[in-house]
Amino acid sequence: MRLGQGRVTLSKNSMSSSVIVEQLSKNFGQTLALDNISFEVSPGELFGFIGPDGAGKTTLFRILTTLMLPGSGKVTVEGLDVVKDFRKIRDILGYMPGRFSLYQDLTVQENLRFFAGIFKTTPEENYDLVKEIYSQIEPYKNRRAGKLSGGMKQKLALSCALIHKPKVLILDEPTTGVDAVSRKEFWEMLDRLKMTGISILVSTPYMDEASRCDRVALIQGGKLLSIDSPGNIIRKFEYPLWAIGARDIYPLLADLRQFEATRTAFLFGQHVHLSTRGKGREGALIQEYLELKGHMDVDVRLTEPTIEDCFMELMV
Amino acid sequence: MEEPHRIIEVENLVKKFGHFVANDRLTFTVGQGEIFGFLGANGAGKTTAMRILCGLSSPTSGKVSVAGFNVYTQTEKIKRNIGYMSQKFSLYDDLTVWENFRFYGGIYGLSAKKIRERTDELLGRLGLLSEKNRILKEIPLGWKQKLAFSVAIIHHPSIVFLDEPTGGVDPVTRRQFWEMIYETAREGITVFVTTHYMDEAEYCQRVSIMVDGRIVALDTPVRLKETYQVLTMEEVFLKLARG
Repeated sequence: MRLGQGRVTLSKNSMSSSVIVEQLSKNFGQTLALDNISFEVSPGELFGFIGPDGAGKTTLFRILTTLMLPGSGKVTVEGLDVVKDFRKIRDILGYMPGRFSLYQDLTVQENLRFFAGIFKTTPEENYDLVKEIYSQIEPYKNRRAGKLSGGMKQKLALSCALIHKPKVLILDEPTTGVDAVSRKEFWEMLDRLKMTGISILVSTPYMDEASRCDRVALIQGGKLLSIDSPGNIIRKFEYPLWAIGARDIYPLLADLRQFEATRTAFLFGQHVHLSTRGKGREGALIQEYLELKGHMDVDVRLTEPTIEDCFMELMV
Repeated sequence: MEEPHRIIEVENLVKKFGHFVANDRLTFTVGQGEIFGFLGANGAGKTTAMRILCGLSSPTSGKVSVAGFNVYTQTEKIKRNIGYMSQKFSLYDDLTVWENFRFYGGIYGLSAKKIRERTDELLGRLGLLSEKNRILKEIPLGWKQKLAFSVAIIHHPSIVFLDEPTGGVDPVTRRQFWEMIYETAREGITVFVTTHYMDEAEYCQRVSIMVDGRIVALDTPVRLKETYQVLTMEEVFLKLARG
């Protein structure tokens, strides 16, 4: 994309991170919503914040988008300070907040024109950037935004966040409450957007989406549990992990929790993921134990941890 | 021949809004104590069907009975005999835990004594007896979900409807929630659940998938994966819902 290439050159010349957060904390009365958070995002990186509700993702994003003041610490976006230079930051940011935040009673086209206008541009000027996304909802351009399906609302919100060619795109839980198909399509769109050089920060409670990011920060209770590429986070999982199946999964879970070598046992679809204290040679022992307990169709094998396994391990 | 008691019987359910057919001849049954997953893309017609099953809306045509009651003529009996929990609608934030239980227990027509007993039993199981007088607003989301589920079954309904009950909750709490669901089903309460977490679809005994108003698949997760030659329910869903 012609326009995107221009921006990549700019980022490379500035030779610094796109977003820098240093020891950021934020209180709401007695509640510590963010606890001494530090991280950096490189230009053109797709950076994910993975964590449940209440972890602090939205608070963090509100501070990054200059909608809320930091409690303490230093935050810069593209070299600009979120407190001193908030107006300049707002011109170069695209933001998709957690809830559908466009105007329900305006049409698709009216929403796009409105947001472009706020940033003193027009949809036509930057159409190239949003074309791939917007073209999917263009047939509905005269429909009121409130009447769109969940997936289409997402696409419209994303188009409106991009229409002024931002350098940094911040998406707060864009896939929450959306079905698996639309979620997959959305991440495919983000992959393509990344290629234009925009830095993208995304938050999500869906652990499996972590693997689509260049790097992720696992966040829980206002703290960062880990920051790394998804592959590295998985490699850092310390214990042997077993995937165990049997005919009746709930009794299987109960019995595995009583097993002496068990550290943790959690449901994972049709299996139980079991971490043990040993060196990964307990397979036969586990099988024997379960068969003695009367389980049928027992299947025990070592498995690679998922981001979710890693998150739960870091949480406990 | 012994057949498990059918808690939900749906035959050719049709629901139209003007010319738009939201539910197109749905046919399925759900047995007592079953954990039944009701999946579909947004806009597929799940919410419409669930509202009908909860007695909140009438079909355009077709036969539907829930807990033995007719959905056209006995909606009040249905409401009294079901539980409902949704991520969107939960307990009252400005009431305490106890006040919420008392309120809902009262709505379901339980006696004061029964409400007290049942509350203590349910809170005891959750290990939350100490939180009885805490305001809901101060309680973390994960606990709120578990409390909302307990309230939904306070009156021992024959079936509980769960509409995306674990949205946004941390992965440990999510699993604890599903362990509660398993226990509940073992006690004979039927669980009818919708979810966007595909690994949760694997916890269900049978799963149905709706696309554009129709049920395009209905079977156990194991058989669905075999039929579509894939390893996970997510892949089954993607194959069917993408069209």
